[in-house]
Amino acid sequence: MAKKPLGPVRRAFSPWDDPSEQPFIEFRNITKRFGNFVAVDNLSLKIYKREFHALLGGSGCGKTTLMRMLAGFEAPTEGQIFLEGQDLAGVPPYKRPVNMMFQSYALFPHMNVEKNIAFGLEMDGLPAREIKSRVHEMLSLVKLEGFAKRKPHQLSGGQRQRVALARSLAKRPKVLLLDEPLAALDKKLREETQLELINLQEQLRMTFLIVTHDQEEAMTVADRISVMDKGRILQNATPGEIYEQPNSRFVAEFIGDINVLDGQVTKKENEDVQMFSSVLGDHLDVRYPTPASVGDHAALAIRPEKMRISFDKPAHPGTNAIQGEVWDIAYMGDVSIYHIKVAETETLRAIVANTTRLVERPITWEDQVWLSWDSDAGVILTR
Amino acid sequence: MTDPSLSSTGITRSETVPAPRYQPEAPENAPTNPKGGWGRFAFICVPYLWLLLFFLVPFVIVAKISLSEAAVSIPPYLPVIDWSRGLAGLWEAAERWSLDNYIWLTEDALYWQAYVSSLQIAFLSTLLTLLVGFPIAYGMARAPRSWHPTLVMMVILPFWTSFLIRVYAWIGILKSDGLLNQTLITIGIIDEPLVILNTSIAVYIGIIYSYLPFMVLPLYSSLEKLDTTLIEAAEDLGCPPWKTFWRVTVPLALPGMIAGCFLVFIPAVGEFVIPDLLGGSSTLMIGKTLWVEFFSNRDWPVASAVAIVLLVLLIIPITLFQRHETRRNEGDV
Repeated sequence: MAKKPLGPVRRAFSPWDDPSEQPFIEFRNITKRFGNFVAVDNLSLKIYKREFHALLGGSGCGKTTLMRMLAGFEAPTEGQIFLEGQDLAGVPPYKRPVNMMFQSYALFPHMNVEKNIAFGLEMDGLPAREIKSRVHEMLSLVKLEGFAKRKPHQLSGGQRQRVALARSLAKRPKVLLLDEPLAALDKKLREETQLELINLQEQLRMTFLIVTHDQEEAMTVADRISVMDKGRILQNATPGEIYEQPNSRFVAEFIGDINVLDGQVTKKENEDVQMFSSVLGDHLDVRYPTPASVGDHAALAIRPEKMRISFDKPAHPGTNAIQGEVWDIAYMGDVSIYHIKVAETETLRAIVANTTRLVERPITWEDQVWLSWDSDAGVILTR
Repeated sequence: MTDPSLSSTGITRSETVPAPRYQPEAPENAPTNPKGGWGRFAFICVPYLWLLLFFLVPFVIVAKISLSEAAVSIPPYLPVIDWSRGLAGLWEAAERWSLDNYIWLTEDALYWQAYVSSLQIAFLSTLLTLLVGFPIAYGMARAPRSWHPTLVMMVILPFWTSFLIRVYAWIGILKSDGLLNQTLITIGIIDEPLVILNTSIAVYIGIIYSYLPFMVLPLYSSLEKLDTTLIEAAEDLGCPPWKTFWRVTVPLALPGMIAGCFLVFIPAVGEFVIPDLLGGSSTLMIGKTLWVEFFSNRDWPVASAVAIVLLVLLIIPITLFQRHETRRNEGDV
């Protein structure tokens, strides 16, 4: 599924590119129906050992159902799930070597922090001394040493989140499942915790599967992201590939902001493609490997930060330039987003970094400007 | 969470900032509006006045009668306080109060047997009601959400018929040629009719049947609140379902279980109608003894003493238990 990267990309960890590598978790042709509703639709996915994999999608896309099937709370209607090559069908949740961190944390309110963390270890029948040392180890891992005797209701949201994490890690599961683990935290704490999660995963050398609707979170923590919609995986690739080479309009628009121009392929020579946009009434040059052939309808998608605006027409060859009027400016502090009206029905966005400390920007409302981008900045989307 | 008394001074408590030490509530040291203070006082007063008027005053009257002496008069006890003589009348009456009735209770084994037997019957039937009620409440709480109002309605439905009539109906079911025996004989399970009516078994059946809603409703309300992800979390951590039941479901349903047990146990100890109608003469219960003393023997002082002892027997363990519970919830052992 993953496309060959355009240029040389250095990756330290990419078992999915190695054909001899066995998947650690494999979903094979999984379908899950609830009555008439198809939550997961003939989905296959391979996750490798020590991978941090994210299932990303809006609500109702089937990501949580997929995770719950791995945990054993739901049984697939069709298909099989393998963990280390072993079919998990019929294995109850309490016998699966995976642990889950719940979105609501699901801490036992009648037990203190220590008892919560020890719960799974007691179930394994570990000797009391071992349990004690393991609980201590977990508490120091999540930096909650002084809180062993507190009850969950005496902790803040962030502390509860860390207890839940410690509890799900205490049994050293083969896979840690994280169901929207940071959704209840405020932005700052969430960003901190994302980095902690990455460190933890590297430190423990475990396989993590996270379910999230937050694309920034998925991009930050994951080695690979599966973008899901309507029970299917639209694209499974590294954050960079998902962002720079989305394979569909849905993925392109779901991750970040993007300008999409509908058009028709008029010329094609290997990767050099020319497209005609009827809304702009102009031909545009693109360098992108695409299966589309001359005459096909396709969309050209360009990220706003890859667009430039200027008063003079840029003279570089291989640069697309169209004229427009500054319609709106959104000043975000670090960057400004310029909305450029390029046709009666089309407004494109360009992001410009505010590199100087000037309150008055040279380009302002109603200015006539040139909007330009390089031919290799855009992506051709055929679906 | 922002405490209004603190926000005026510019201090707000935020959930995300970990407090160095746990404080159950923000200190209420801000000056209160005197007008609001009176309103609040009046509001709190209403239930206390109610209790004073309809619990404490009758209790004092009963306690006073229990210290008197029986007499053939109206009312049937001596001395009666002569209020026309003011405090002197009260003093004269008080001088003649005695603990004779209480001593009498200890001398006649009948009373102690009745108390012990009442506590025994109440204890066992509370336990049985819990055993019957728990699966019902659990089933209700786990049923699809849209069924809940109907299920609760079905539990409450028997209250729409008079309690007395429902107990009478059990006579028709349990007697030797009643519904139960006839059915069992027809299907061929038994040849001889079972003797249930006028035995303690009939009393147990009657108590369990009558008090079941009082057990089911509080249990249902605490089981219904139970977050099912906790059950999933327990199973996820390697806890098989039956163990999850004991380690998670039961501890979290404990408040409902305790409330239900009190609601069944307390009235069952003093129950009169059920042992009288279903238990026959062989079942000894303190409610019946009380009734006999009051209406047949017309010995109001002894009857009052019986009632006071019953009250003390019930109040002491309940108070101790509640104090323990409060401490457990606050102290977080």
